[in-house]
Amino acid sequence: MGTDSTITIGLLLPDVLGTYSDSGNATVLAQRLRWRGIPAEVLRCTAAQPPPTGCDIYLLGGGEDTAQLFAASWLRSHRTLCRALDTSGVTLAVCAGLQILGHTMADADGRDHPGAGLLDITTRPRRRRAIGNIVTECHLPGVGQLCGFENHRGATTLGSAARPLGLVVSGVGNGDRPFGRAGAEGVVNDRIIGTYLHGPVLARNPALADYILARATGADLPPIELPDQAALRDTYL
Amino acid sequence: MGCTTSTSRVAESPQAELNPPPAGDRPGLGWWTAGAVRAGKLVAGLSRWAGRGSGSIIGGRVTLALDPSALRRLAAGRRVVLVSGTNGKTTTSHMLAAALSTLGEVAHNASGSNMADGAVAALSDRPDARWAVLEVDELHLASVARRCDPAAVVLLNLTRDQLDRAAEVRKTAAAIGAALTTLPGTTVFANADDPMTVWAAGHAAGPVVWAGAGSEWRADSLTCPRCGRLLVEVSTRWQCGCGLARPEPSWWLDGDLVRGADSATPLSLGLPGAVNRANALMALAAAHHELVTPARASDAISRLSSVAGRYAAVTRGPHTLRLLLAKNPAGWAATLSMLDTPRPLVVAVNAREADGRDTSWLWDVDFGALGERPIAAAGEHAADVGVRLSYAGLDHHTDPDPLVALDRLPAGEVDVVANYTAFFALQQRLGADR
Repeated sequence: MGTDSTITIGLLLPDVLGTYSDSGNATVLAQRLRWRGIPAEVLRCTAAQPPPTGCDIYLLGGGEDTAQLFAASWLRSHRTLCRALDTSGVTLAVCAGLQILGHTMADADGRDHPGAGLLDITTRPRRRRAIGNIVTECHLPGVGQLCGFENHRGATTLGSAARPLGLVVSGVGNGDRPFGRAGAEGVVNDRIIGTYLHGPVLARNPALADYILARATGADLPPIELPDQAALRDTYL
Repeated sequence: MGCTTSTSRVAESPQAELNPPPAGDRPGLGWWTAGAVRAGKLVAGLSRWAGRGSGSIIGGRVTLALDPSALRRLAAGRRVVLVSGTNGKTTTSHMLAAALSTLGEVAHNASGSNMADGAVAALSDRPDARWAVLEVDELHLASVARRCDPAAVVLLNLTRDQLDRAAEVRKTAAAIGAALTTLPGTTVFANADDPMTVWAAGHAAGPVVWAGAGSEWRADSLTCPRCGRLLVEVSTRWQCGCGLARPEPSWWLDGDLVRGADSATPLSLGLPGAVNRANALMALAAAHHELVTPARASDAISRLSSVAGRYAAVTRGPHTLRLLLAKNPAGWAATLSMLDTPRPLVVAVNAREADGRDTSWLWDVDFGALGERPIAAAGEHAADVGVRLSYAGLDHHTDPDPLVALDRLPAGEVDVVANYTAFFALQQRLGADR
């Protein structure tokens, strides 16, 4: 948390990694803080600007293949930002955002491209794109089941230093297991949560949003009763 | 091929290349295709009789199943104009069909059945029409264009829509570009203000005519579709270091005037919004290629006040509904400016196959811009809409049934914005209830 009480949310590259509507995660986090009387500010950091490095929360979203490679090299050229993601704040990275934080990702032709190396993961292309609703059992305490929509061609393998975010109940997830075996979804370390779930993931899973907010504020947050939220979860779970 | 060079290949004299076939001079269908067409029409008639819609999809499917070459044979010898893009296909094709109808009979998939089966049905229904205006789903444009050998293709815009089906906007653009490379006899009318469209049209083997149709939604092409670098924008001009840049349009809008190289034509539209002026611009440019003067085309277009039920006013009990269709963030961006404050609003959203299964796109719509007004969340995914509205700070009530949701709104005029299947379901029920 910064020197004043405002929580800053750094929405990184919404112009490059905004295709799958993950910028909505920033809306959800900021609104859930404001509803609880905590001031929140969303910093939209587009590619042409120098990125902020003192945020409480960082967000990365999904993007198209060409845009993803641009985003990866953008991230690697901003070392201070990478250090900030590694040592401060909490980061939620979705889909392409998750992949570019790993060691390498391969393009459709199988060529490896370097990522930021902040997560112990590597990504190769799957034979078939994973598209559809997905449900996972999240390993983070108190979060429960996650629902979302996956739309990716990445098969992400976790190294020994990485833990999965959850276990796939239905859907594909990281997609690095042979057909028919329950697989892992996403990745988590001390500061970074990575997932393939769109929706946006925090709109469909307020418990995950509040987990991130509790980490960022260090506070015990009162629950929020939102109309339609239970009906929305019933639609997908 | 560099897209910026294509302006030089604009057809200078459409008259020189136009040679509309006289009636009765078209190649015959052959007995097998003619039989397949008859079978399709029979099934379509049965479907209509059973009250299951226009029957154009099932009829077209039957014809194509019996004769896979039916589309090619039905299109042969006609002047076919295909209208495609993410948003505005139905409206623009209605405008263009109205303009070309001043020349003679036009085959047109007016109901919006915009895949190969719908094209087959439209051509079967008007066997003697010399012109055909076919709206084509952007994901099916490549396959339909290869079979129709069109005189012209109108490419409106390419933005995010149904990404569960399309995966990436850029992939859709690449597939269209690949098809256009195989059509040297086709003139492409493309929106110069949308980088994704320019990149796709830039592959064309035939001439490209650029129109400055504007782009209210640019979030899908802030980076270069060709090389992935950031596009540089100064005012409305955009360019990339790789050479892709906004081509100089030969048709553009100047307020309510459509300007061409040697014409300035006032528009007097019965359809609302800046987006429909842009659609009219594209229709006038394409109509000019078929030898309809812009003044004559504008006059024909001005008589449209609704398009396949869109923009139509429907009275139901104490409410007068205006039905609008918006199915993705770009469509919503264009629609928001049409919604008069503080008119009550129903937002109805489904997530069936034709809508796209993923509702994430709702979060790219600037619902906060709606401001204070009575709002109802409806459709099979009313809960997704309701949660989105709550986060936008908007009070609302929620009911999956749009008519039940409507009943709780104050009497008078109400705007209804629905996505694809929600729109057609509602239209059908309102038709039945009236």
